[in-house]
Amino acid sequence: MTTAILISILMTVVGAATPILLAALGELVVEKSGVLNLGLEGMMLIGAVTAFAVTYSTGSAPLGLVAAMVASAAASMIFAFLTLTLTANQVATGLALTIFGIGLSSLIGQGFVGLTVPALAHVFPAALAEDPIWRVLFGYSPLVYISLVMTALVAWFLTRSRAGLILRAIGESDEAAHSIGYPVIGVRYLAVAFGGAMAGLGGSYYSLVLTPMWADRLTAGRGWIALALVVFASWRPLRLLGGAYLFGAVMTLELHAKAAGVSVVAPEFLAMLPYLATIVVLTAISIAPAGGRLAAPACLGKPFRATG
Amino acid sequence: MRLKLEARREPSRLMLYVTPALAVLLTVVAGIVIFTLMGYDGLGAIYQIFLTPLVDPYRWQDLFVKAAPLIIIALGLAIGFRANVWNIGAEGQYIVGALAGTGVALATWGMEGYWILPAIVLAGILGGLAWAAIPAFLKTRFNVNEILTSLMLTYVAIQLLFYLMRGPWRDPEGFGFPQTRLFTEWQTLPIVVPGTLIHLGVPMAVLIAVVVWVILSRTITGFQVRIVGLAPQAARHAGFSARSTIWLALLTSGGLAGLAGIFEAVGPFQQMTPQFPQNYGFTAIIVAFLGRLHPLGIVLAGMVLAISYVGGENAQTAIGLPYAATGMFQAMMLFFLLAVDVLVRYRLRLVVPAGARATHERPASGQPAGAKAPEPESASA
Amino acid sequence: MFRINRRQLLAGSAATLALPGLIGRASAQDVLNVGFVYVGPVGDYGWTHAHDTARKEAVEKFGDKIKTNYVENVAEGPDSERVIRQLAQQGNKLIFTTSFGFMNPTIKVAKQFPDVHFEHATGYKTADNVGIYNARFYEGRAVIGTIAGMMSKTGKAGYVASVPIPEVVMGINAFTLAAQKINPDFKVQVVWVNSWYDPAKEADAAKALIDQGCDIITQHTDSPAPLQAAEQRGVYAFGQASDMMSFAPKAHLTAITDNWGPYYVQQIQKQIDGTWEPEDIWWGIKEGLVGISPYNEIMPADVREAADKVKNDIAAGTLHPFTGPIKDQSGEVKIKDGETIPDADLLGMDWYVEGVQS
Repeated sequence: MTTAILISILMTVVGAATPILLAALGELVVEKSGVLNLGLEGMMLIGAVTAFAVTYSTGSAPLGLVAAMVASAAASMIFAFLTLTLTANQVATGLALTIFGIGLSSLIGQGFVGLTVPALAHVFPAALAEDPIWRVLFGYSPLVYISLVMTALVAWFLTRSRAGLILRAIGESDEAAHSIGYPVIGVRYLAVAFGGAMAGLGGSYYSLVLTPMWADRLTAGRGWIALALVVFASWRPLRLLGGAYLFGAVMTLELHAKAAGVSVVAPEFLAMLPYLATIVVLTAISIAPAGGRLAAPACLGKPFRATG
Repeated sequence: MRLKLEARREPSRLMLYVTPALAVLLTVVAGIVIFTLMGYDGLGAIYQIFLTPLVDPYRWQDLFVKAAPLIIIALGLAIGFRANVWNIGAEGQYIVGALAGTGVALATWGMEGYWILPAIVLAGILGGLAWAAIPAFLKTRFNVNEILTSLMLTYVAIQLLFYLMRGPWRDPEGFGFPQTRLFTEWQTLPIVVPGTLIHLGVPMAVLIAVVVWVILSRTITGFQVRIVGLAPQAARHAGFSARSTIWLALLTSGGLAGLAGIFEAVGPFQQMTPQFPQNYGFTAIIVAFLGRLHPLGIVLAGMVLAISYVGGENAQTAIGLPYAATGMFQAMMLFFLLAVDVLVRYRLRLVVPAGARATHERPASGQPAGAKAPEPESASA
Repeated sequence: MFRINRRQLLAGSAATLALPGLIGRASAQDVLNVGFVYVGPVGDYGWTHAHDTARKEAVEKFGDKIKTNYVENVAEGPDSERVIRQLAQQGNKLIFTTSFGFMNPTIKVAKQFPDVHFEHATGYKTADNVGIYNARFYEGRAVIGTIAGMMSKTGKAGYVASVPIPEVVMGINAFTLAAQKINPDFKVQVVWVNSWYDPAKEADAAKALIDQGCDIITQHTDSPAPLQAAEQRGVYAFGQASDMMSFAPKAHLTAITDNWGPYYVQQIQKQIDGTWEPEDIWWGIKEGLVGISPYNEIMPADVREAADKVKNDIAAGTLHPFTGPIKDQSGEVKIKDGETIPDADLLGMDWYVEGVQS
């Protein structure tokens, strides 16, 4: 009985963590390239509504996922064009992207309110996926496994691959990278597109897995938590994984405590926790002697323009 | 041969004034096309959004009341943005300012006296100030990125509001609804134009704009803010401290956001509710940019945003344009503004590609370049 | 379209004369303009969606005799005051403001427009031209509580609740009391999500309740998310505000539906006839304001019968869900045998009956 409950709680935590993990992985790569895109929430919403609309219309969830990634990446290209090509301010453009995403997703979603699609199927055979014990490993939607694979891929990409090294170099010193001949703007375009696609994937977790439906503002502010998560993880993919599950636990354990009849601290204070923890971590990295290695990418948020 | 952006030696003054109008024009054209494609009356939608609030004098009071908080917050933000200090947590400072003032209002509830309202307003300013002091301290002491801290603190502020509304500050006679008592007449802002909704906050917004204008253009402090933002090296040589500029920028913007918050609470709201946050702190960022970080431009920009809100409601009732379309419309306006902004700093030219050379943007007048203050960097690749 | 624009232009210039009463006449003559102010998007599939469905029913009923104008996503506070005033000024003679938070703004605007009639949902302040209306949702809760009492094997239901206002508190109590009539040991575990709308959190709350042994889920929040969670976990649940069967064909036993349509039709008719007057309406199952959607076919016949009996008895007035003896959480008798809780006390209810764990 207790094992079953424990397993169930674990699975809820993973469920709450996965969409913010997916979105945060994309934003991590974006920020590592020296760009700050505050439009996560908007892109997640566009992804959520596109995934649902396409899945509902075609009956194919994989198609819905791909469409969500394409749509969110397309939205991120507005941001990229303005900030990278026209050197517009990234903070303002990101905020505008969020407002845009909220509006656009609501307009697209008008015809899909009150409908539902089957939740994404398990990847593993039912014998494993529905086993009372083994489901803790095999009982998730494909997006959970994708998020794990992506974490490993991003970690490998940033630390081991040549392209990843170039991306980081651009994020730390775009001028130096440019003078060696690296395509600063081109790399940043790709990073932003990747960030958009991942945000779309994260958003589709809500509309295809957690609550297979579309309703306005379905993500209810999770994009901002994902943004905090990137900072909380001090721009490191493996910490991002741990941080996502920690945030997921904070978001759901309160509900479990209440369901068990245990009253904990006021829920509002628990809801503050991820944000406060992020500030503390951010300060800690800045104080730590090794802070240089952990700190924000040096060019984060700065516009860059090659002249010639 | 291709089209190329060429940096101007000095930002174009002509473009500085022309581009916001160009942005609005482009938004109008794009709006007509998009709304028509969506099956609505595109021309009618634009007419409803942009013109009905203007041609209808009955609507003017709404515009003023809606614009006032946006203008007050944006004025404070503009000072910071000019100095390359990126306070994007004005929403949180707005909320905490309103909460601090509400605390005084609840403590003085039932009392009488002319001192009560000033005390509430002062508490509001101090509340916003205190909330902005956190990122200022972390930035100056530990070089912690103020964009991220001020944003995170906004969400902390929202939860603080929820806690106070559901718990300690709930109206004891309010049937359990999570909101405070209504403030008394000693605690609410006076109406300055009889028979309308125009409260003291409206003329105050204009007054603050004038004061900020004078400070920025005529005083040594204003010079310091601009020079720190434009040329940090030169500023250091001139003996201006980057640290004090950061404090100045964050405290001013926080204090003004707090003032806007408490004005909204004791003005139009007359009580505190969980629905108090209306994203004014974020919208004010749009206002600050639309107004070119210039105090008088901000007043105009605040009015433009107010028009789009009030007009958006017109469009809903008149032609059934959904609320979401208004949001998209505002986002488009900002997109276009940010896009045409490039014309201030660059001219378009047809050139034959030559050897490339990299430079960082040097921010042109009133034009912030980077999200990071020019502090010494410890990071390395 | 231009016709409307010009009309609005006229309306605007008339308003400068500060004679709001005249403005209505500036609009088309025989058509009654009816305004609606919504707190959420019409696409929320919850509270606002139900009101908008009712608005459409009224349009269907009256055809081109009325024109309805609505504004969605109106924030409670000064924004709502502006929108209500705008609707009044645009010539809407009857305006429905459909959220509690619109109460003070409605009263304020009503003072400025004595010729316009206002209807405010779920509040408690009235005026000469402001009526209030609400639904006895607790009657519906008694019906689904009865079903829960019979369908639950563990004797424990999970309740996903929004915020502890009397409306929600009395719903929890009515549900619990009805279930205890079937199974005296019935327990109801409440989880507050502190929001009317946060699908992911609502779903997670439902899952947490199921993990704790609740085998039936009910909710007082706006999204179908708790139902979907119940469907995924193979337990029963109830819909909220509208029939949500399509979201959870196996879990959805029935739903309490908000049918504002008949009320809107009646009040608009009164406005047309010139007989409108401010009232304090609290309708329930009898008047059709609170409905019970078709039962899931898996529900056994005896459960259907029991549920129908509760529903019919409430409609007939022979059963009051809050009939004593009722004990509170500490076991103290609050309502004596045979007595019922008066409406005024219900509207301020802030205590829970025995068996509620909150």
